[in-house]
Amino acid sequence: MRTELAARCIEITEERGRGNTIELRLEFPCTQANVRRALASIMSGLGAMDLSEDDSSTVELVLAEVLNNVTEHAYRDAGLGLIRLHLKQTDDGLSCRVIDNGDAMPRNTPPRGYPPNPNGPLETYPEGGFGWFLIRKLTSDLAYLRDADRNILSFRIQIGQTVQTN
Amino acid sequence: MQLDTAHYDGLMVVSVLEDRMDAAIALDFKDAMRDLTSDAPARVVLDMATVRFLDSSGLGAVIGAMKQLGHQRRLELAGLNPSVEKVFRLTRMDSIFTIHANIDAALGGVATIDAAPRGQAHAY
Repeated sequence: MRTELAARCIEITEERGRGNTIELRLEFPCTQANVRRALASIMSGLGAMDLSEDDSSTVELVLAEVLNNVTEHAYRDAGLGLIRLHLKQTDDGLSCRVIDNGDAMPRNTPPRGYPPNPNGPLETYPEGGFGWFLIRKLTSDLAYLRDADRNILSFRIQIGQTVQTN
Repeated sequence: MQLDTAHYDGLMVVSVLEDRMDAAIALDFKDAMRDLTSDAPARVVLDMATVRFLDSSGLGAVIGAMKQLGHQRRLELAGLNPSVEKVFRLTRMDSIFTIHANIDAALGGVATIDAAPRGQAHAY
């Protein structure tokens, strides 16, 4: 099934794989507004996976963080450039691949995502740096490849497991 | 973005009337909070019951709003939906806020200035 969404700039393809698993492919120009639209399309497209509310919010959060990073950093908020996203249901989660043609990650390595520090005085409370911490906390098998002028980030979001706080 | 304010004795409630607090509205939120809380009383309670999605940018904006209040006033949170609460918990930022189950719990024992608190809508 191929659906042209109201946004028109987002193309989403839904496929049913072996065992009736869900597979989604999206391609869209990266703007913050499109990231919002893409997330709405994805969450609706994953509806048949019957995710719990907890899993559903984890998937939406991880994808939001990854897509926002591409928009803000790889494409420097210029609103130009495409994001391609491939999501595939697996036995224990959702396998994800995100491809863009923006800037490479610094030192060709995804940030470590150190745990935020809630201690210390008010002035030192962190206002950023949460994104990669959350991505790493909520995903497994994260891999990044700079291939010519492309960034290829792949990871798995585990589903049906409770994430423990540090 | 839509924010709503109501004033009580020693307490101000700011309700976020948005479904999502994400990268698209984080800066607007922080600016709006700076305007709305410039002469706020000692306690500012952010009612987030309407918000069903918060990402790291939204989280950063809420923390920024607290830092803007300085040491004399404090920002408290109320009505966190499970998906929002999860972001605070995973990042351990739940430990820097007083978090109320809902706005009624936050208001417990606080006298209203008027029979009905002055409510005001703000669009940013």
